[in-house]
Amino acid sequence: MVSTTIMIDHPAGLHARPAAQFVKTAARFPCKISVRKINSEKPPANAKSPLSVLTLGVNQGDSVEIVAEGEQAQEAVDALVELVKSNFGEPAAAHS
Amino acid sequence: MPRYQGLPASPGIAIGPALIYRTQKVTFTEQRVTVPRAEWRELQQAIQKAHTQLTALEERARKMAGEEEAAIFEAHRLFLDDEELLAKLRTMVLEERLNAKAAVHHAFEQYAEALLGLEEEYFQARAQDLRDVAQRVMKCLEGEGDDPSVESAAEPVILVAEDLTPSDTIRFDREQILGIVTARGGPTSHSAILARAMGVPAVVSAPFDLNEIRSGTLAILNGSTGLFSVGPTLHELEVARREKEEWEARRRAELSQAELPAVTKDGAFRAEVVANIGSVEDAELAVQFGAEGVGLFRTEFLYLQRSTMPTITEQVRAYRRVFEVMGERPVVVRTLDIGGDKEVPYLGTEKEPNPFLGWRAIRMIRERPDVLENQFMALLQAAGQVTAAGIRCDLRIMLPMVSSVAEVERAREIYEEAWKALEAQGKALPEKVQFGIMVEVPSAALLADHFAPLVDFFSIGTNDLTQYTLAVDRTNERVSVLASPYHPAVLRLIEMTIRAAHAHGKWVGLCGELAGDPLAVPLLLGLRLDEFSMVPSSIPTIKDLIRRWSLKGAEEVAQGCLRFGLAADVIEYLKSQTPR
Repeated sequence: MVSTTIMIDHPAGLHARPAAQFVKTAARFPCKISVRKINSEKPPANAKSPLSVLTLGVNQGDSVEIVAEGEQAQEAVDALVELVKSNFGEPAAAHS
Repeated sequence: MPRYQGLPASPGIAIGPALIYRTQKVTFTEQRVTVPRAEWRELQQAIQKAHTQLTALEERARKMAGEEEAAIFEAHRLFLDDEELLAKLRTMVLEERLNAKAAVHHAFEQYAEALLGLEEEYFQARAQDLRDVAQRVMKCLEGEGDDPSVESAAEPVILVAEDLTPSDTIRFDREQILGIVTARGGPTSHSAILARAMGVPAVVSAPFDLNEIRSGTLAILNGSTGLFSVGPTLHELEVARREKEEWEARRRAELSQAELPAVTKDGAFRAEVVANIGSVEDAELAVQFGAEGVGLFRTEFLYLQRSTMPTITEQVRAYRRVFEVMGERPVVVRTLDIGGDKEVPYLGTEKEPNPFLGWRAIRMIRERPDVLENQFMALLQAAGQVTAAGIRCDLRIMLPMVSSVAEVERAREIYEEAWKALEAQGKALPEKVQFGIMVEVPSAALLADHFAPLVDFFSIGTNDLTQYTLAVDRTNERVSVLASPYHPAVLRLIEMTIRAAHAHGKWVGLCGELAGDPLAVPLLLGLRLDEFSMVPSSIPTIKDLIRRWSLKGAEEVAQGCLRFGLAADVIEYLKSQTPR
């Protein structure tokens, strides 16, 4: 089992396009992947389900815990972290 | 003939046969099925069919309205692919032996409810989308072929419906639709936005009963005034036809010049013509209609229909979207204007006998400075981020309902503190920000010379200024007829405000309905009003009128108006004036 915690810094949080990108990336891997919003009572969501990710209600500035289990778990977590860090493939938002 | 006064949603006049469009909701009874395997197969086929329909709709939306509309249907399709949702459906049908329709209803509704619980506008809209998709799958289960559409209608029609979903609206061909009228929905509802994008006249919230109107009856719809009439007389029809021709000829001319500045014909004065908005959709529309900026961005939408304060991050996100659309054009943002007419528990507003004279807007500053502080923080960060990304955002912050100089001084302190705190955190800040107030309480107009040194600008809110000056409750139908912004007392306050501001080198805007009223153009122009702010669709008309007047001619009219003692006389006089 591989897990990590990361902050979502995209202005749209994990909705709209970022959510779609996140789910798409997760779906490339065979392992089970879950995502949980830190400081929230909501149970972990299946990272491959757009509806589950959306209903977490992750906004800009929220942190999430990503847990992968099974084949290519490490690769999956790395890919998702990379996606979040690259600002979901968009030019970096202006931050100081 | 029956006439229904609704809200104007997309300008223009339509004359033609009504087509009653009923969105039939699929009904179902919950049952246990005997052969779950067969039920599951049927459901899978229905989902596949819905999928195919959505792909087609996405293409259609892309062609008819653009990428943004197409994305709605793409999102619908993604919902249908959701593995969790499919797993839920599978369990319900195969294990719980539920019939397919009931399973679809329950599975989609679970997610819709979860989304509704998130309170932000974005999620509410997604919940509606989910229900739209659920209906589509259920219709496919009923074996309904492709959506029936009005493409089969022999002649173009005025579409009359209770309400329309994105799926409904996009099904019609532009050429087949003369106009759209709905009994529900607001001017920012999805179908209204789509109607404007397609350039179809539309009226929403018209108080008709679908059963009272028959398909095929001749109807007239005026998307500029919000009036919908059914079964006109020959004479009324003739009048409407003439109005339609005039409107269309004029509109063509105005739109062709909407981007040009509003300079008087003698070149002596340039007015800025800007938009009143309440959402990012309005901002997009404003740009289309040639707005030179935003004169009033209402921020209440961020605070309503939720149980907790919007976080700074949420606010930053909403403001940024509008700033990004407006680019380097000025955007005047009005800080929260809520009071006892709306109960918002987390703000502490409560029912009051006189909510418009009560604890509202800037008056919250003493008990709840945090509300304003958060808003300042969010606005500065949003403008700072947009500026750092290379767009020099022109943010102008405006305080509503100011009645005392002390309120402005206190607000400025909070503002300066917010700025310093952000600076200390190393946050990106905008290059320039203006700070102004609404002049809508008579005391602010009367003391305009005291307020002017404290601010960068004034914006006159004539709707409230009229109500407070004349002691008329605008929402009370028995007296609302008395509330005329043309009342000489109101006009004098406007004149005083502009004069005091100009004496201190400050600019003045006006964001009440008066600014978008063609009749008021020479009057306001003659008083040298710097900025006219109105609903986006009025902008081309007002710009066109300003260009027809000379400053001198308008000044004569303004002086003429100030002589009268009765609103009716002012209106009569203005009607008799032609551009010169």
